[in-house]
Amino acid sequence: MTNFGGRNDDVVVVIPMFNEASVIPDVVRSVRATFPRTICVDDGSTDGSAQLAEAAGAIVVRHPINLGQGAAIQTGIEFALSRSDVGYVVTFDADGQHQVADVVRMVDEARGGQVDVVLGSRFLTGGDEVPPARRVLLRCAVAFTRVTTGLKLTDAHNGLRVLNRRAAVTIRIRLSGMAHASEILEGIAESGLTYREYPVHVLYTDYSRGKGQSGINFVNILFDLMAARFRAVRP
Amino acid sequence: MIKLILLAGVLVAGFLLLRGTPSAGHLAFRRLVALMGMAAGVVSILFPALVTSVANLVGVGRGTDLILYVLVLAFLFVTMGMYQRMSALEERCVILARQVALREAQRDQASLPRERIG
Repeated sequence: MTNFGGRNDDVVVVIPMFNEASVIPDVVRSVRATFPRTICVDDGSTDGSAQLAEAAGAIVVRHPINLGQGAAIQTGIEFALSRSDVGYVVTFDADGQHQVADVVRMVDEARGGQVDVVLGSRFLTGGDEVPPARRVLLRCAVAFTRVTTGLKLTDAHNGLRVLNRRAAVTIRIRLSGMAHASEILEGIAESGLTYREYPVHVLYTDYSRGKGQSGINFVNILFDLMAARFRAVRP
Repeated sequence: MIKLILLAGVLVAGFLLLRGTPSAGHLAFRRLVALMGMAAGVVSILFPALVTSVANLVGVGRGTDLILYVLVLAFLFVTMGMYQRMSALEERCVILARQVALREAQRDQASLPRERIG
């Protein structure tokens, strides 16, 4: 088996990617500096992101059609798990909002703290960098999560997570759109996985703000979650 | 009386949302209902007075009103059925696309020099 020679050999970083040509080379390079095993899941990009990510050193898994961020993450997780020496899977955004330093600390937390999942939170220590409108929506998301899953979190919609192998195997994302964040939390609650929140700093740039989902999308997320509850479990 | 029937119809439609994966039985049922609906349509065209009688039986003044109520219920069932089947189709599409993506990626990985295996 390959030996990357570092202490993060058993960590795979999954970056769901859709049309991030301008930032993905930098993002991939900065992640690979610490975590060489980086997978970009190209969700049907049309701007050449896939080639750029590959040139920057990431392994690229290409969806033949655009399926949604949830589907991209699930694909990345399955690819990571296909290697038996993978112990941790990290979900990391492609737009440059997340910090690699936070990932390092979260992975250490997962190792040392013996938890299945480490969830990034903007609100454990302040959260002043979060735009006010967003903060309101996120607070609603927290309340919603508390009611529906029982999980008491401070940030229920953060894309930065560390899953150990057990968590990655257990969680199955079926909702392909943005509702995956809530679906992952539901999965944690239902399977009794151990979890912990960890403070992270999100960098809001004009680019990432422009790319971010519009607030009204919470309607779609709620609808997806409710509809999923009604649909029978599929084999 | 009609209110009871309509309410029951709406509740059944809601209940059907919870049912399991579509099976041959469900498909046959849907087809039978469709055939019966067509038969009922033919009858009501040929014997409009009959429709009025049935309407009066369940407490509705006019035959056309009854047809309207039945139409609304039918619309509800059809819409929900289509939504369910569409969602199921989408899920299968995602699984299929993922298989294609993973297979291609595994194949690419297999042809790379050893150091690059992710």
